[in-house]
Amino acid sequence: MDILVSGFLLAGTYALIAMGLNLQYGVARIMNLANGEMIVLGALAAFWAFTSYQISPLLTLFLAAPLSFIGNWLIYKFLLRPLVKRAKNQGQLEVDSILATFGISFALVGIMVSIHGEYFTYSFLANPIEVLGSTVAENRLVAFFIALAIGLVLYLWLNHTRAGTSVRAVAVNADSARLVGINVDKVSALTFALGGAIATVGGVLISTFITLDASIGVIFTMKALIIVIMGGVGDIRGAIIAALILGIVETGVATLVDPGLTLVAAYFIFLLVLLFRPQGLFGRRST
Amino acid sequence: MTTGRTLLKVNNITKRFGGLVAVDNVSFDVKEHEVLGLIGPNGSGKTTIMNLISGAFKVSSGTISMQSRRLSSLPAHQISRAGVARTFQLVRILPSLTIIENVMAGSGFGHRRQWGREACHQAEALLERLGLGAQMHDPAASLTYIDQKRLELARALAGEPRVLLLDEWLAGLNPTELQIGIDLVSQLRKEGRTIILVEHVMDAIRSLCDRCVVMNSGEKIAEGTPAQVLSDKEVIHAYLGDD
Amino acid sequence: MSEMKWGWPVIGAALFLLSAFIPLIADGYWMSIAVTIAMYTALATSWALFSGPTHYISLASGAFFGIGGYLVATAMSDYDLSFWLMLVVAPLVSALVAALIGFATLRLSGVYFVIFTLGLAEMIRNLVSWVQNNFLGSRGLYVLTDFTEAHIYWMLLVVCLVIFVFGWWLSRSRLGFALKIIGNDEEVAKHVGINTALAKVLVFTTTGFFGALVGVIIAPRYSYIEPNQVFSPELSFMVVIMALLGGAHRLWGPLVGVIPFALVWETITIAFPNSTTFFLGLAFLFIVYFIPHGFAGLIEKHWLRLRS
Repeated sequence: MDILVSGFLLAGTYALIAMGLNLQYGVARIMNLANGEMIVLGALAAFWAFTSYQISPLLTLFLAAPLSFIGNWLIYKFLLRPLVKRAKNQGQLEVDSILATFGISFALVGIMVSIHGEYFTYSFLANPIEVLGSTVAENRLVAFFIALAIGLVLYLWLNHTRAGTSVRAVAVNADSARLVGINVDKVSALTFALGGAIATVGGVLISTFITLDASIGVIFTMKALIIVIMGGVGDIRGAIIAALILGIVETGVATLVDPGLTLVAAYFIFLLVLLFRPQGLFGRRST
Repeated sequence: MTTGRTLLKVNNITKRFGGLVAVDNVSFDVKEHEVLGLIGPNGSGKTTIMNLISGAFKVSSGTISMQSRRLSSLPAHQISRAGVARTFQLVRILPSLTIIENVMAGSGFGHRRQWGREACHQAEALLERLGLGAQMHDPAASLTYIDQKRLELARALAGEPRVLLLDEWLAGLNPTELQIGIDLVSQLRKEGRTIILVEHVMDAIRSLCDRCVVMNSGEKIAEGTPAQVLSDKEVIHAYLGDD
Repeated sequence: MSEMKWGWPVIGAALFLLSAFIPLIADGYWMSIAVTIAMYTALATSWALFSGPTHYISLASGAFFGIGGYLVATAMSDYDLSFWLMLVVAPLVSALVAALIGFATLRLSGVYFVIFTLGLAEMIRNLVSWVQNNFLGSRGLYVLTDFTEAHIYWMLLVVCLVIFVFGWWLSRSRLGFALKIIGNDEEVAKHVGINTALAKVLVFTTTGFFGALVGVIIAPRYSYIEPNQVFSPELSFMVVIMALLGGAHRLWGPLVGVIPFALVWETITIAFPNSTTFFLGLAFLFIVYFIPHGFAGLIEKHWLRLRS
């Protein structure tokens, strides 16, 4: 039961992060392997604000998100947009964007290591609280509800506003979206920025209950990618279920076997997905 | 044109994409040395049938077989090796390879395999014949649209297929090019090749096809000689709508 | 072209013979650089045999290398097996792992493959550490041999030679041609009769084989082996970057990337020991934006311009 509750709470943040990555890949068509670094940046911001100025991570959230949005928008505009332009096909764009985001990812890790090379350890709302008969830390619960709220807002925005509809239109078919008068470049840039900001928010939240360090981003990138693939690209419902599975399995393995094996567990799930449902949990085989 | 025994048998095939039925319970036969036209309005399922025959898609139900061999359960590369070659609706050449390598790609792995000197000679002969002989060591990406189409045809022919699938091979050509294209296919017909072609160009259909299968909304609505089907009431209705 | 048919192999053989004499003139410092260059030449060239034509970016080098290093260390420390036996066994095990990864991921789009290999070294490292701590006891693993740097260098040189000969054969074989077609258009490849999954898996398996082979040969250099050290994700990225810097579409491409990069990297790690990751990032960006076809691409472009 403890495992289920903790896993469920962890899954909230995972789902949020995967949602951001999903937007970036599905709409801006960029396979962003620097996604994990945006998470770590959020964690670093929260850590730094808390230890230096005693600012609550919940406040940092409001500062970090817009900054990350602007930063990611600039990254898209100046680094990724040229790749989209020069790519002759989706395959080439994938290769280029993978390599470019590797570069961005390493550069960011390098910068963060020079800012703070140690673990981002701090303690925020680490009080035990009883949920459904099992004890969890308050911070996990808070992070979960914030992630849930943001995810819900995002979902409503995507499905019930004009701007959200144009984002979904670009995801379905960029060329047709262009024909009906949607500014695809602008939408792609803003969606990419939004995805990055979401990752940063996820990072702030995660840092309240997991201790990160500057170079751990790639692990989060892996997990987010696994969730996206397991859920099916562009499928929000799938991503949520996938995040739940990953969160619970990971927590289970960490508690029952060894905390060092969470990545191994994630890989095991990944392998099963690739072998049996490469189109995602709810996806149909297209060909 | 004298046609022989049945070579390809399409038997009650259906293809669903999710809830959409793209091809609905269609059957027809293709005889040896026959040119069969697959015609119908846009979105009627012609290209889907081509994709089902070549193995790009799997059938939802029904079977496709070549003589006694069932093709519809095989992956695309085995269907190709069994002797089905195709061109693509949107021309697909191999841009980083040279022109002659593009043709050899068609013979190296396909139905009648050739490699090395032998493949090279055959590719040269094919390119000469299709009018691309002069530039065969240039990169394929440098070709014009019609030449890319020729190259694709050369690649398909290089494997000496038993059935050739031409998916709107004549589309997008200007009138002069179109005439050249029609002459080319008509030569292939005279050689006794078995061809299925998806086409919109009516002149081409009249002059090239021995028989036509007409599709509308995923269903077969008529079959016969071009003259028969083009005067069929239902066919006219499908193309022109009511009124 | 045909008069040059034997030109490249002759030039290659001459370079190989020349480089075999390096240990006779190099001192300790340059010898260690020479070993590093030979190691990365082998890894990057073998990487490019698969990733060059297919454009599937493999980040599995670190995992294969680690399998080699770890297996030889375990076998020699715990089971008293000989180095030479493991020189054969470890690459075969690694090739098998590569084949399994290939069958799981190479039927699907390239992105899945990249993602799978991205965390692979890290994942195997976690798994191996766990097995070692819980079941084997966390003793140190030693690879004690009487090899000098020169011996290691010569062995690596032979591996390079084998890879180059294999690459040369591959470029003229049907399998190599199939890979090029797949890299151009996988759908066409299937439709001309290529079993695309099989072709990709076959060649990827050789990358696994050579990666572990290099890992085994390098192990005596460190003599004390830890999973954390041999399963290095950074190595995978170094291999990719060097191969791309040189140009992965030519057999000799990675070589012209490895030599300058290894030298520059040596300088960087001495001058900025704490910022290597940052520079690695810059190197990636530099390649993507300024020399997408690597040095080989630049050389070919100028060569063409000179001739016309």
